[in-house]
Amino acid sequence: MAEAEIKSYNINFGPQHPAAHGVLRLILEMSGEIVDRADPHIGLLHRGTEKLIEHKIYQQSIPYFDRLDYVGTMNQEHAFVLAVENLLGVDIPLRAKYIRTLYCEIGRVLNHILNVCSFVFDVGGMTPMLWGFEEREKLMEFYERACGARLHANYFRIGGVAMDLPPGLLEDIDAWCDQFPKVIDDIETLVTENRIFKQRTVDIGTVSAEQALDWGFTGPNLRASGIAWDLRKSQPYEVYDRMDFDIPVGKAGDCYDRYLIRIIEMRESVKIMKQCIREMPAGLVRVDDRKVSPPPRAEMKRSMEALIHHFKLFTEGVRVPAGETYTAVEAPKGEFAVYIVADGTNKPYRCKIRPPGYVHLQALDMMSKGHMMADVVANIGSIDIVFGEIDR
Amino acid sequence: MTQVLKDLGDYIAAALPNDVLSAEVNRVGELTVNVRAASVARVLTFLRDDSGCLFKQLVDVCGVDYPEREERFDVVYHLLSLKHNQRVRVKAQTDEETPVPSVVGVFSSAGWFERETWDMYGIIFADHPDLRRILTDYGFEGHPLRKDFPLTGYVEIRYDEEQKRCVYEPVKLVQDFRSFDFLSPWEGQGPLPGDEKAEGSR
Repeated sequence: MAEAEIKSYNINFGPQHPAAHGVLRLILEMSGEIVDRADPHIGLLHRGTEKLIEHKIYQQSIPYFDRLDYVGTMNQEHAFVLAVENLLGVDIPLRAKYIRTLYCEIGRVLNHILNVCSFVFDVGGMTPMLWGFEEREKLMEFYERACGARLHANYFRIGGVAMDLPPGLLEDIDAWCDQFPKVIDDIETLVTENRIFKQRTVDIGTVSAEQALDWGFTGPNLRASGIAWDLRKSQPYEVYDRMDFDIPVGKAGDCYDRYLIRIIEMRESVKIMKQCIREMPAGLVRVDDRKVSPPPRAEMKRSMEALIHHFKLFTEGVRVPAGETYTAVEAPKGEFAVYIVADGTNKPYRCKIRPPGYVHLQALDMMSKGHMMADVVANIGSIDIVFGEIDR
Repeated sequence: MTQVLKDLGDYIAAALPNDVLSAEVNRVGELTVNVRAASVARVLTFLRDDSGCLFKQLVDVCGVDYPEREERFDVVYHLLSLKHNQRVRVKAQTDEETPVPSVVGVFSSAGWFERETWDMYGIIFADHPDLRRILTDYGFEGHPLRKDFPLTGYVEIRYDEEQKRCVYEPVKLVQDFRSFDFLSPWEGQGPLPGDEKAEGSR
């Protein structure tokens, strides 16, 4: 039989597809079952966050950062408040640093649970999703007890955090840290050596170290390609330099390695959380500078000056001296950074958000070329993207 | 750290005297290298390959708009050196018409960043392989992050039940957009009327 000429054709993947992890429209040019080119069309969730931030005083911008990557919310607030504190030259109290570190690690676990479970779900395993989400629910309860919201925390403030932790919360987080590794073990027994899972992920979407650098990979995706780089170690902020934890590094840079990195990172995060709880000092949770952070409510009832400070802070806001900074944190998905150009007024002149997922999704074409259609789904699942931050 | 960055800035400026306009470390300790727009690709290649720099990652490209300036846009590149654990910011100025050479050939990650900068500011990148809009809607007009683009935009979209499709209409606001000037009027101006009496009685 003569070989039939296979005409290349296009497939529209999304914008509403459960494996697209959000509103991703992917135009796939196929020849047969093989992907020739993947062209992601993004921006369906674009809300103009950067433009809105330019029109808001600094404090009012913090909630926008929750809505970028809505699974690891506090990590993003962290980048913004660190950038503003950097420009202001504010050093925050030690207890606030510990609380921030603790909650950033909770955010990392929240993110990795979601990613690992939905990734496994995409390639055919349903059970980890059910187990993982139970743990996420518990973690979100810790969010809720600290700040009142399960997802959009708005907890970090310029100069500290919004309020101190309620009594008993640290003990409960500690108890959770003791039982959580068991849940990871359970998930791992189902997935890590699973034949079907390995067939779907090993040697799929392989990214070499050079490619990872060239395409701007950061975070777990970069480490899976064999480069030991973590901002928590190399450019430590808050109290990460006091923490004892390891950075997992992969070898192959394929989907399977990216999955393994996230599993190990969850275990390391639990270690950091335990250390934070153990070492958490007493003290203030906001900097004692009335030009940056509001006075306590009780003081306002008695002191005229405190009342004026409060009023000024919530109308005029903080005036940030002119200057510019690019401040990055190791968010669960990679390097999340904020580039602020301040002009000396109470609003940022320019606030560029550097989302890690945007860069990773860009490389999808490179990763998927020559793979089968079904591998695109594995690739999307393994690079960990959320459209809140990609589309901004 | 600041001294190290200062030395690095001097080193870059000395190595590329025709391309680099200035290099300075700002008050928060970040190195900024101002370059001619036409030599962006050359500077970035040097920063990537020179053994004293080795900025192997381009982590961000963005624009900043200063409408009152002759060349109104800044194009800002952020690079990261994993080897030396350093960051550098490269800045170039351009206007609406003059293209900036694309750096996709130097760093693949620049592709989408430059598309976004084009989309948001209308900065043209010469020789970009695929300079389409990226974040805004299909058929969008204008460049939303320019300072002269209103926050509310010009059109809004809704589903029309009669035509059975989405339609664009000019923005109608039930309440005018209000922009409050919260900056204190008591600072930054001369003596207020009546203050001279207090001064005189002292």
